[in-house]
Amino acid sequence: MDQSKFKVVGKNTEKMESISRPSLTYWKDAWRRMKGNRVAFFSLILIILYIILALVGPYMNEFDYTSTNVDKMNYFVTSPQFKDMTLIESLKEMLSTGHWFGTDEIGRDLWTRVWMGARVSLSIGFIATIINTIVGSIVGGISGYYGGRVDAIIMRVVDVLYGIPYMIVAILIMVVLGAGVTSLIIALVLVGWIGSARFVRGEVLKIKEQEFVEAAKVLGIKDKTIIAKHIIPNIMGLIITNLTMAVPRAIFAEAFLSYIGLGIAPPGCSWGVLAKAGVKLMRIHPYQLFIPAFFISTTMLALNLIGDGMRDALDPKLRNE
Amino acid sequence: MKKYIIKRVFISLITILVLVSVVFALVRLMPGDPFASEKLTPEIRANLEQYYGFDKPLIVQYFTYLKNLVTGDLGYSMFYPNLRVNDIIASAFPYSFDLGMRALAMAISFGLVLGIVAALNRGKVLDFTCVLIAIIGTSMPDFIIGAILQFFFGIKWGLLPVAQYKGISYTILPSIALGFYTLALVSRVMRANMIETIQQDYIKTAKSKGISKLRVVLKHQIRNAIMPVITILGPIVAALLTGTFVIESIFAIPGMGRHYVQSIQNLDYTIILGMTVFYGSFLVVANMIVDLLYGIIDPRIRVSGE
Repeated sequence: MDQSKFKVVGKNTEKMESISRPSLTYWKDAWRRMKGNRVAFFSLILIILYIILALVGPYMNEFDYTSTNVDKMNYFVTSPQFKDMTLIESLKEMLSTGHWFGTDEIGRDLWTRVWMGARVSLSIGFIATIINTIVGSIVGGISGYYGGRVDAIIMRVVDVLYGIPYMIVAILIMVVLGAGVTSLIIALVLVGWIGSARFVRGEVLKIKEQEFVEAAKVLGIKDKTIIAKHIIPNIMGLIITNLTMAVPRAIFAEAFLSYIGLGIAPPGCSWGVLAKAGVKLMRIHPYQLFIPAFFISTTMLALNLIGDGMRDALDPKLRNE
Repeated sequence: MKKYIIKRVFISLITILVLVSVVFALVRLMPGDPFASEKLTPEIRANLEQYYGFDKPLIVQYFTYLKNLVTGDLGYSMFYPNLRVNDIIASAFPYSFDLGMRALAMAISFGLVLGIVAALNRGKVLDFTCVLIAIIGTSMPDFIIGAILQFFFGIKWGLLPVAQYKGISYTILPSIALGFYTLALVSRVMRANMIETIQQDYIKTAKSKGISKLRVVLKHQIRNAIMPVITILGPIVAALLTGTFVIESIFAIPGMGRHYVQSIQNLDYTIILGMTVFYGSFLVVANMIVDLLYGIIDPRIRVSGE
């Protein structure tokens, strides 16, 4: 072998130590894995689509959600005036009038009502859950981190409150406050924070016992810094997952309360209100039930699937699977 | 164990007391006047108010109510003045209980079977079907499931009666509608537990000892996987209970849920109060029994609880 063909290139110590690819932060990695999960990603797109439609949908045709039209009541492809046409023809005819989902029993446009209802249902679901999570995290975090007497007192109170059936209290609060979006949010928050407080406390207790927190304490780092730098980043993923799973529960609670006549008062509408109206007319005009039912179910389904996907994506233990 | 039971019973009693107080306060805060719908002379009205104790200070009313409650007396309805709340509950509860039990039995048996079948056929078509059922169950509100069942089985195909509660065939649709969510929940938990136990060492040991596959599944896997299902019984009972509110009104079943929703619309204070206390105590006791049961089955819980 000819030695002259080789030469010493030397060691570049700087280069040897450098990281060849940009490092992935926890959130970037989670996002990458979330995108890899096709079901969850599709669900996410669906929810974003629903939110966009809730914002712009009511303005996409010329109808408004409260104006009635006695000439076009219960107007859909199944209506009597389409008796002699094929399904395709009648569908074309219906779409050309601008009533894309038909009309309800007093001639209000269902497309507009569905998306006005989406505004109410989605905002109640998200706002109530976010407030719940914040309140629950603060209470549960304090209780779990400081422990001792504070923890004992808070947990006794939470134990007692947790035993009270939440729907029953929500019903009573709704009766006291009267129907409406604000009262719905208040009712859902008053009964909902307890669950997230319990959950966050449990997670904080788990993290608190781990060695890196102990190390930080031994190094004399202040409680505030430990909470901000170690505890919160470690439970943030779980809290967000929990939040995603709680949104469909809140949407369901809204639909349930509206269904028994306590949620949103007419002429306002939500998906629960539409479903209630649909059930009443189910025998003759089933589409009025099936349309809101479709949106309630797909939203709850998509949010549950996103939650499942996030749980996998945000769990560092499942990282390289 | 004794200490654990005493502690658990004590917490439950306090919960019921807090519940009664909260409900009492909320009911008195309700807007509207329960006597508004009747045309009453001021005299009769005063008499009525005196009868219900409205003329006395709130705190006295509260203690009177507590005292009556301890003796099991829930008072009279305000809307139908000759009806006792106890009688209403006594006549309506059997319907709700029957419906709830049927739903629970159906949900647990089918849920467990679905979960087990899914886990044993993991990744195959059967698994996919079971998971699909579970997903539908958790993402469809029960009143929509009820209405859709009514539409297809009752109206379109005419197979089953759509309303009332007068025989076995009447109970099928409402039980399915009420239990579907629970079924989905049970099958999901069971599937996850089964998959988790498959990887345990004792399953490997059992297999390597040459025990037949069926025996491993029946004796080791299912027995271990079924335990955590008990922990979700508490939320399940709560879900079934609130479910009866809508299911009973959809299927016109004369149970408690229908009376409850009606009394809220009538502002019938005593019925609301009485039924809420009844519901609440029922749930609290059910939760307590579930906790105690779990403590008996799994010693780790009661040790950590002490």
